[in-house]
Amino acid sequence: MSPTVYHYLTLSAILFSMGTIGVLTRRNAIVIFMCIELMLNAVNLSFIALSRHLGNLDGQIFVFFVMAVAAAEAAVGLALMITFFRNRESIEVDDINLLKW
Amino acid sequence: MENLAQIAMQDVNFGAIMPSLVLVCFGMALLLVTVFSPRGKTTHVAYLSILALVVTGIVSLATWTPAGSLVGNWQEGFGGSVRLDNFATFFNIVFLIAAGLTILMSDDYLKREEYPIGEYYPLILFTTAGAMWMASGTDLMTIFLGLEVLSISLYVLAGFFRRQERSNEAGLKYFLLGAFSTGFLLYGIALIYGVTGTTKVALIGEILANNPSLLTNTMTLAGMGLMSIGFLFKIAAAPFHMWTPDVYQGAPTPITAFMSAGPKAAAFAAFLRVFVIGLAGLQDQWTSLLWILAVLTMIVGNVVAIYQTNLKRMLAYSSIAHAGYALVGMVAANAIGLSGILFYMLAYTFMNLGAFAILVLAGKKGEDNLTLDGFAGFGFKRPFLGVAMSIFLLSLMGIPPTAGFTAKFYIFAGAVEAGYIWLAIIGVLNSAVSLYYYLRVMVYMYFRDPAEDYGWVKMHAGAVLSIVVAIIGVFYLGIIPGAVMEFAKLAIF
Amino acid sequence: MLDTYLPILVLISIAVAFAIGSVVFSRLIGQKKPSAVKLAPYECGMPLIGSARERVSVKFYLVAVTFIVFDIEVAFLYPWAVVFKQLGWYGAGAMGFFIFVLVIGLIYEWKKGALEWE
Repeated sequence: MSPTVYHYLTLSAILFSMGTIGVLTRRNAIVIFMCIELMLNAVNLSFIALSRHLGNLDGQIFVFFVMAVAAAEAAVGLALMITFFRNRESIEVDDINLLKW
Repeated sequence: MENLAQIAMQDVNFGAIMPSLVLVCFGMALLLVTVFSPRGKTTHVAYLSILALVVTGIVSLATWTPAGSLVGNWQEGFGGSVRLDNFATFFNIVFLIAAGLTILMSDDYLKREEYPIGEYYPLILFTTAGAMWMASGTDLMTIFLGLEVLSISLYVLAGFFRRQERSNEAGLKYFLLGAFSTGFLLYGIALIYGVTGTTKVALIGEILANNPSLLTNTMTLAGMGLMSIGFLFKIAAAPFHMWTPDVYQGAPTPITAFMSAGPKAAAFAAFLRVFVIGLAGLQDQWTSLLWILAVLTMIVGNVVAIYQTNLKRMLAYSSIAHAGYALVGMVAANAIGLSGILFYMLAYTFMNLGAFAILVLAGKKGEDNLTLDGFAGFGFKRPFLGVAMSIFLLSLMGIPPTAGFTAKFYIFAGAVEAGYIWLAIIGVLNSAVSLYYYLRVMVYMYFRDPAEDYGWVKMHAGAVLSIVVAIIGVFYLGIIPGAVMEFAKLAIF
Repeated sequence: MLDTYLPILVLISIAVAFAIGSVVFSRLIGQKKPSAVKLAPYECGMPLIGSARERVSVKFYLVAVTFIVFDIEVAFLYPWAVVFKQLGWYGAGAMGFFIFVLVIGLIYEWKKGALEWE
């Protein structure tokens, strides 16, 4: 039996959930960001599987844009984390605590 | 295959992205101007960015078609991914006003906070361009791209004061939560794409209308839910508002002002286009969802605002509440409600940016004095700023004859017309609650003994100009709203 | 078709078996007399310099960030390269503009000194 689009979608849903749970439970900003990337790539997998299944290319083009955007986001995110680390000597989210209501 | 180039040439229509193209080109040029200028000199960059906004404004207005969004001969390009209809143009003007007022109040502020870094202005231009793509995007791809251009520039701007811990924190928090919500939006887009086989908003609407069986598909509903998370996050609606107070408080004040007006309006524009056109078939579902969230957002924003002593934070909660009012118009989803949202965004831009401009002027370096106590007796020591602040606060409350009143009036009228009388009543009651915390600022300004003489408050020309423009806007929209409302009516779908 | 890969499979099996086998057997048969020198990380026989858990200079991040941004442009070049002939000068112009935008970023970065290691 060869994998069908449903298998890919299920895998993508599992990966997406793993990413989401990771974001909610991890405490290190870089690890959180990696979990977010996992979510984005899970979506990319969906797009590619669906694109193949539907027989049109929109999904694959979308993936290019998601990748480009994710790279830009990673660059800005890492820069923000570095500045934060320079001031605080930590990137644990528990230390992101100056602003609270 | 031979005529691929011809197809590409016909498909691409630069007229459809002209305003944002102008803006981006100016932004890139300004980036180079900045890097070749001596360190610490930013004023000329500010002037040039104002010029960029004016040119873009002229280009934008030139595309207005008086016949309305539905029948206008709009510019369409990139295979139908971008459409410069009146809806987009109306929002473009809102973004340009927001960016313009922000830049006006920024230059002296950056000098006071000792961050005279020129990249600030190109970043605002890029944010505005991203917002324009969100408003004119008719393909989920363009909308996503616009959202990201807007967000990524805003992450940098929120964390712009890189040696100030509060700003760092705001930037990082906004980034992590923003990227998180983007993930949900994308997954929603993927599911909708899977169901309909397209990412074009109008085509999604058609396909869903022609295949009613798709409407009850779990994937469609999940896609709708996930996409709405992404948009609701950007408009700061409860329960996705958690980032708002922290980011608004930590970010540089002009950026906070901008964030509460420009990007919020952009998110509303994309939200409206995707849901009202693309997911029209699911209107019952998203209306009932947004009904609850609108009420929740209004209540959370107004009630928590009461407990705030920091004014930036209070205005952040107030901006959550205002997102709730605007959502009421979306629940109504009729002509008055939808054009009311457009009107509301314009009115809110004037009144909120005006209020923030006063905070920009009143702050000391570091801005630890922007609390209620820090404004004791401010109104008598600084009469012009006191009166201006009172005008903006009255407008935020929704007292006639200000823009806030007419904006709320249209929104609630739309809700009543659509039969959501209870929603309108809850909205009005919430406005009554909001009187408390807005009036409290005025009480502190006029009925408390001044603790200081506010000698540090300098009347910088740029910020004063933006306050004056905002006052004119507030009264113009408050007293003669008819003309702008007509424009808004021509702009909706 | 798959048969042709059989030798590779055999080779992989032998390699894996050898790797696991040598680790397991040396653990089972070998003598254990640990000393400080033996437990130290192996650095080509040279004496150790500092700890292995040293902080990486922040400059590496700068390079990494730059790399990510400019690396991704390739993702857009590939699809263009596939239809490059058909698109002709129009496509070349469009891609030229895309590269031009990146060059502006590069000029900015250069002028800011992000490309220098100091």
